[in-house]
Amino acid sequence: MEFINVFIKSAFIENMVLAYFLGMCSFLAVSKSVKTAFGLGLAVIFVLGITMPINWVINNYLLAETGVFGMDLTFLRFILFIAVIASMVQLVEMVVEKVSPSLYNSLGIFLPLITVNCAILGGSLFMVSREYTFSNSVAFGLGGGFGWFLAIVAFAAIREKMAYSIVPPALRGLGMAFILTGLMGIAFMSLMGIDPATMAGK
Amino acid sequence: MAEVMQDGQPEVKVREPWFGKEERRLLTDPINDNNPITVQILGVCSALAVTTLVYPSIIMAIAVMFVTAFSNLFTSMLRTTIPKSVRMIVQLVIIATLVTIVEQLLKAVNFPIYKQLSVFIGLIITNCIVMGRLEAYAMANKPWRSFVDGIGNGLGYGLILIIVAVFRELFGKGSLLAGSPLEMKIIGTSDLYWINTKTNPWFGWYMNNNMMVLSVAAMFILGILIWVQRSRNPKLIDIS
Repeated sequence: MEFINVFIKSAFIENMVLAYFLGMCSFLAVSKSVKTAFGLGLAVIFVLGITMPINWVINNYLLAETGVFGMDLTFLRFILFIAVIASMVQLVEMVVEKVSPSLYNSLGIFLPLITVNCAILGGSLFMVSREYTFSNSVAFGLGGGFGWFLAIVAFAAIREKMAYSIVPPALRGLGMAFILTGLMGIAFMSLMGIDPATMAGK
Repeated sequence: MAEVMQDGQPEVKVREPWFGKEERRLLTDPINDNNPITVQILGVCSALAVTTLVYPSIIMAIAVMFVTAFSNLFTSMLRTTIPKSVRMIVQLVIIATLVTIVEQLLKAVNFPIYKQLSVFIGLIITNCIVMGRLEAYAMANKPWRSFVDGIGNGLGYGLILIIVAVFRELFGKGSLLAGSPLEMKIIGTSDLYWINTKTNPWFGWYMNNNMMVLSVAAMFILGILIWVQRSRNPKLIDIS
């Protein structure tokens, strides 16, 4: 049941964008229309869900003192994690291109962007600092990705509607985007009342 | 990502002063007119999450400045030897190495702050401002200028971090620079603070604003900062 617990917590309560600002750059840049936001959101769920378990294995079996090399190699963490993410993104891109050209065409541009999306590396680093187990890291990856997806799609929908409102000129664009994100953060905070433990039937 | 600088002037054989007009522009432009956060929209990401307190923000600003400056310098030195197709990987390795140095240094020198910043030091790697400057400036310019550009962007970035942090800490916790040797307790409910709201006749109504501690406050403050900056400088207003 801890699986569901971690999933809900990472998707709603500790949302990556709204609570930790992870992936803000692409969140602001790619949220002008719902369609593109949807594509990027899906790609993020995908990559987070894949890289998180791989990085967990690397961290616990290669870098930890109890791992294969028998010494503490944690200082190599950043370089290895970013290498895994970059190569995974490349791999995912190639597989998607082969398997489903139509999906590739709709995601195409966003896939390479994901390498430098802070949410991906941030997820892996959070996983290490919170000492998740393997199943929890999978849940955290999927949940975090889902939360990010939810936030960017909702934000893009609001922004599409915002095009019809009159905003003070100096606040147009970026300024308004920040204030909107803040308001959305408050809205998501109301989900803090959800207690995953009782939902899981404890 | 408006207004990315593109300096492609032809090489002149005249000996240039080591710190001339161009360098001064590189250093001061990012502080206001070409600020990495409010104008270039680069690196809004994670670093804002540390702005609940001023002291960690200052440390974070210094770390970012170090990484932008030196990654710019090294990339610029290697710019003619890096093949185009693998330049991203080379850049990421340079950045990740520098960030690892910063992390190990901070761990050794100031452990409490290291704990507090936790994952956000590591996230400097994916901070778009570092990569953005490498791509936009260091890949096309000489090492010294790239270094100055890195320092300038680090300064502009740090300035915003510290402004946001001052608001959040002062109104959220009633103190400034908490955790550092220069800690100032300004307003609160005990005699430890300069203004004790329990005994002071003028400030009996004052309470800390709990919203300031939450992450959403950073967004509001940033939005308002952008508003102020753009009203003062109408050429930054975007029409879209």
